[in-house]
Amino acid sequence: MFSDIPVTDLTRLTLTEARDGLKAKQFSATELTKAHIAAVEQARALNAYVLETPEHALKQAAASDERLAKGEAGPLEGLPLGIKDLFATKGVRTTACSRILGNFVPPYESTVSSQLWRDGAVMLGKLNNDEFAMGSSNETSAFGPVVNPWRRQGSNVGAGAAGAIEGNHLVPGGSSGGSAAAVAAHLCLAATATDTGGSIRQPAAFTGTVGIKPTYGRCSRWGIVAFASSLDQAGPIGKTVRDTAVMLRSMAGHDPKDTTSVDMTVPDYEASVGRSVKGMRIGIPKEYRLEGLNAEIDALWQQGIDWLRAAGAEIVEISLPHSKYALPAYYIVAPAEASSNLARYDGVRYGLREQGRDIIEMYEKTRAAGFGAEVKRRIMIGTYVLSSGYYDAYYLRAQKVRTLIKRDFEAVYDQGIDAVLTPATPSSAFGIGEKGSADPVEMYLNDVFTVTVNMAGLPGIAVPAGLDSQGLPLGLQLIGRPFDEETLFSLGQVIEEAAGRFPVGERWWA
Amino acid sequence: MSVDAATVKRVAHLSRIAVDDADVPKLQGELNAILGFVEQLNEVNVSGVEPMTSVTPMVMKKRQDIVNDGEIASEIVANAPASEDDYFMVPKVIE
Repeated sequence: MFSDIPVTDLTRLTLTEARDGLKAKQFSATELTKAHIAAVEQARALNAYVLETPEHALKQAAASDERLAKGEAGPLEGLPLGIKDLFATKGVRTTACSRILGNFVPPYESTVSSQLWRDGAVMLGKLNNDEFAMGSSNETSAFGPVVNPWRRQGSNVGAGAAGAIEGNHLVPGGSSGGSAAAVAAHLCLAATATDTGGSIRQPAAFTGTVGIKPTYGRCSRWGIVAFASSLDQAGPIGKTVRDTAVMLRSMAGHDPKDTTSVDMTVPDYEASVGRSVKGMRIGIPKEYRLEGLNAEIDALWQQGIDWLRAAGAEIVEISLPHSKYALPAYYIVAPAEASSNLARYDGVRYGLREQGRDIIEMYEKTRAAGFGAEVKRRIMIGTYVLSSGYYDAYYLRAQKVRTLIKRDFEAVYDQGIDAVLTPATPSSAFGIGEKGSADPVEMYLNDVFTVTVNMAGLPGIAVPAGLDSQGLPLGLQLIGRPFDEETLFSLGQVIEEAAGRFPVGERWWA
Repeated sequence: MSVDAATVKRVAHLSRIAVDDADVPKLQGELNAILGFVEQLNEVNVSGVEPMTSVTPMVMKKRQDIVNDGEIASEIVANAPASEDDYFMVPKVIE
């Protein structure tokens, strides 16, 4: 299967194919890493990486080759990954793609990334994201937008002179836009990502990749730059369902440094890939059939229903009556938590400092210069809804609505539903600058199908399921019971096998 | 509910973000768009509903009250914009 593969094509392997190839000694970790380093260098115009760490990668790859030779390979031995710039990496600049963190170099490693290195993985560099993970298009990054490796049919996007992209390119989604674009463009075998309202699943859907947000508490949040602590979860983006299963097993697990991380055994998720879904009960929530829902999305959803039924699952119409209130409640809870979490960026302990007449002016000027427009808006909304006289009307009410959203899911799971099938996004990838410039809410609506999952703390996976009439990928989302990611991997595999995979063909940017 | 220009300035100050007067009208419009969007929550009957405090029912873990870290002052101030002798330096706070 791997014989005579030219070195450049090693990047086309899936994570699990590369793992098996390394074990069979068809190529070395150093060869695999070099192929990826070259691909990353040739793809700078996509702006997926905000920091490349080739020397670090080669050092790790050499150590992996030694362990492979000794038969001491870890589960991710020698596999080159990209790391979202929200994960603190010891001795390697970490910015959350915000000017306010400047050249912050953490003296510690996030728990999730440390587990990847424990298992033998190789770090290629840090990936672009929306500033502090606030955005759905990667356009709010201080490093500038990421280019989606997918183009509309007949689009004018191409590689221009001096390594720039010409034409009106598409966004990769966000906030994990760099992670999704890098996986889709074969610039890493898989990537870490985080999801507060849809930031793993929406970019996965926009790029034809697989992304899973595990149950809240599955992955430690320690060392991940905080946005909204009651909603944030780390998870992987990969080329296949199986790849994300392998990644999640390494990323998940109890961590005494995060009091919200759960002390539960992490299953061998890969074993659930390919497991029969016969007899599973799949809920189809009628409230997700939004008025004015894109006909292509609706047809894809029906296709997904048919695939799961053909695999032996039982399809049941269900009701999640408070779904429509998830997004407005999110836009109170998430900014409120963000306004508190981001209070730490004050120009004293790290990052940017602007001088002022006194300490208050120093804070105000530092934060005005360091935060981008979307982050400022959210901090101000959060400050307002938590301020004296408004707390009950906004924040407390939103937290009560959140209880109702969670109860909706509990009720359907109590009826014996194993998972819920929905579209992942209301549209395919859109063009840069096309949304949200006049009204921020237009951009927020991207997360209408994903945000309920964060509000209820549930696991959700986005799997590519087809192409729209513009030739762009569309994804389906499966929502599971708390801590039942295994069912999502089994069902996701059924969709992947039925729909096929959607790799980007031509490296038009190189 | 919607915010007026004075409220925008007050919230900016509470947020410790300097805002130019010229930028207030645009910010006011954006904040009001968001507040208008969340207004629909008023349709929901929340009487007798407990506000969510934790999505996953769990007992808060407590770590042992022992020192297990420290003696790394120089690492802690390494990223500071201004420091001296392992202290963070800030503009004068007390006259």
